[in-house]
Amino acid sequence: MMLFSAVIDLLLEPFAYQYMTKAIWVSALVGAVCAFLSCYLILKGWALMGDALAHSVVPGVALAYLMGLPYALGAFTSGIIAALGISFVRRLTMLREDAVIGLVFTTFFAIGLLIVSINPTSVNVQSIVLGNILAISDEDVVQVIIIAAISLAILGLKWKDLMLAFFDDSHARSVGLNPWRLRVLFFVLLSACTVAALQTVGAVLVIAMVVTPGATAYLLTDRFGVMIGLAMIIGATTSALGAYLSFFMDGATGGLIVVFQTLVFLAAFVFAPKHGRLAARRAARAFSSEVDAGSREENAVKRSGLEEETTA
Amino acid sequence: MKSRVLEIHSETPARSLSAPSGRLMPSIQVNNITVSYTNGVAAVRNASFKLGASTICALVGVNGSGKSTLFKTLMGFLTPSSGDVRIAGLPVNTALKRGLVAYVPQSEDVDWNFPVLVEDVVMMGRYGHMSFLRMPAKSDRQAVDEALERVGMSDYRKRQIGELSGGQKKRVFLARALAQGSEIILLDEPFTGVDVKTESAIIDLLRAMRDDGRLMFVSTHNLGSVPDFCDQVVLFNKTVLAYGPTATTFTEANLAEAFGGLLRHVRLGGSDLHDDADQRRVTVLTDDERPLVLYGERDQEKHIKPDRGGAS
Repeated sequence: MMLFSAVIDLLLEPFAYQYMTKAIWVSALVGAVCAFLSCYLILKGWALMGDALAHSVVPGVALAYLMGLPYALGAFTSGIIAALGISFVRRLTMLREDAVIGLVFTTFFAIGLLIVSINPTSVNVQSIVLGNILAISDEDVVQVIIIAAISLAILGLKWKDLMLAFFDDSHARSVGLNPWRLRVLFFVLLSACTVAALQTVGAVLVIAMVVTPGATAYLLTDRFGVMIGLAMIIGATTSALGAYLSFFMDGATGGLIVVFQTLVFLAAFVFAPKHGRLAARRAARAFSSEVDAGSREENAVKRSGLEEETTA
Repeated sequence: MKSRVLEIHSETPARSLSAPSGRLMPSIQVNNITVSYTNGVAAVRNASFKLGASTICALVGVNGSGKSTLFKTLMGFLTPSSGDVRIAGLPVNTALKRGLVAYVPQSEDVDWNFPVLVEDVVMMGRYGHMSFLRMPAKSDRQAVDEALERVGMSDYRKRQIGELSGGQKKRVFLARALAQGSEIILLDEPFTGVDVKTESAIIDLLRAMRDDGRLMFVSTHNLGSVPDFCDQVVLFNKTVLAYGPTATTFTEANLAEAFGGLLRHVRLGGSDLHDDADQRRVTVLTDDERPLVLYGERDQEKHIKPDRGGAS
């Protein structure tokens, strides 16, 4: 009994600290919004673009901290400059898109690291690259909550329009939507949420936040609305759990969150009711036994036919 | 316009040209348009034609002839650098905003792995009728049910779209156009990857929709079926080579110009075909899809319509 209550005390300990409850809630919120966006990103094959955005915001964040501006502003600006840079280089060269994206985002990331390393006192490299949700300041919490709340509200209103524009842009036009404008909206939301996720998992692991929950949910359902719901649940719970457990493991929040997301993905990959590996094997077995039964029946018919012939 | 006059074989009865009041008369009017790509190359030059209500019109041309550019212009993705397009007398974007045009995409343009069910796709046709939150009302559900019923896909409404056969996939998108209730329907290559039975089912459906007073513009390179169901033809190669009623426009000479030696051309006549001095001859034109078969004396050949559905 003594041991039991000691374990409970230990498990509840993180909630005794305000910074921990804050970290858990903020992580869950960011995880949910990123998961929402991931459903669109993985269906369009734009995962690399998400990674590029996450790395490109780093110099903006560094400069904003240096100048005492809200970090979201700096991140947003450099993200948009990077996106414009990608389309500019793409138009002027014959290079393929992935090469251009790789070129531009690494350049931005390098500039960001350079700025941070020259001014080590103002910003901590580690908190940008790896995230540091446990030490998040109150102003940053406010910024993250505002970004996430606005993004969620817009997504809640526009998710069907976005789905239509991504699924079939000609049809989107025929019902009076402007697919190009919706795509711009999506990328603005994506860069905003990338900025929010910098705090929880850091620039390097943001890509997992905007890919893995959607990829997992995709294996679990054939309906887009359900996919969004599942992805958000996965994103929020893994993020909250990661933040919670990082209390005991001292700091590796981003790594924990992404590890949990991967574990959920692996479980779906094996056990998903329709698209999982086990289901595929079951279906293959059912099919082959059906074929076997069919040929047995055929043989039986042939045999009885032969018997009839002989009796006749 | 070079069109040799042949014997008119297709009776074009005066269909009820008066649409119910309050309905805009469907029409497509292309006035001398030139459409260029960003690199300055004109994909369509000085093209003009005009289509009215109760019409099925084929858009026939080789790959790369600018057929899809023309469709993209009609759907407002591209703007002509000169000339203009009017749909039901309105500018393209206004007509699209009012939901006057439905679009049935080419199978290759659809992401069949997208997590949507058959009924979800058909419901997309109703988005233009819904408020900005896209919550389906009872009338929307009813329209979806009716459309699915009409194309014979009610039993498949809960299937993910990738699980369907080629013909079923086509029917789902036709159902979406039906549910949309548009007066003008653009169909991009509706017969590729479709079996003969579905092809004739689609043709029957198009005819029924024409008899409702609609205008259907069908991009196709399936020459054999054109005289079978199209009242009008636009022969296209960067510009309009010929357009008008099928019987007078869809001639060997015009096709030879439109396809420029890309067609397989088989002619049987004289002693190969007749024992006597009969001057009539058989001409088969094909690009390896359903062939176009002409029979008769020189320059008096008529289209031969093979028995539909009896090809097996």
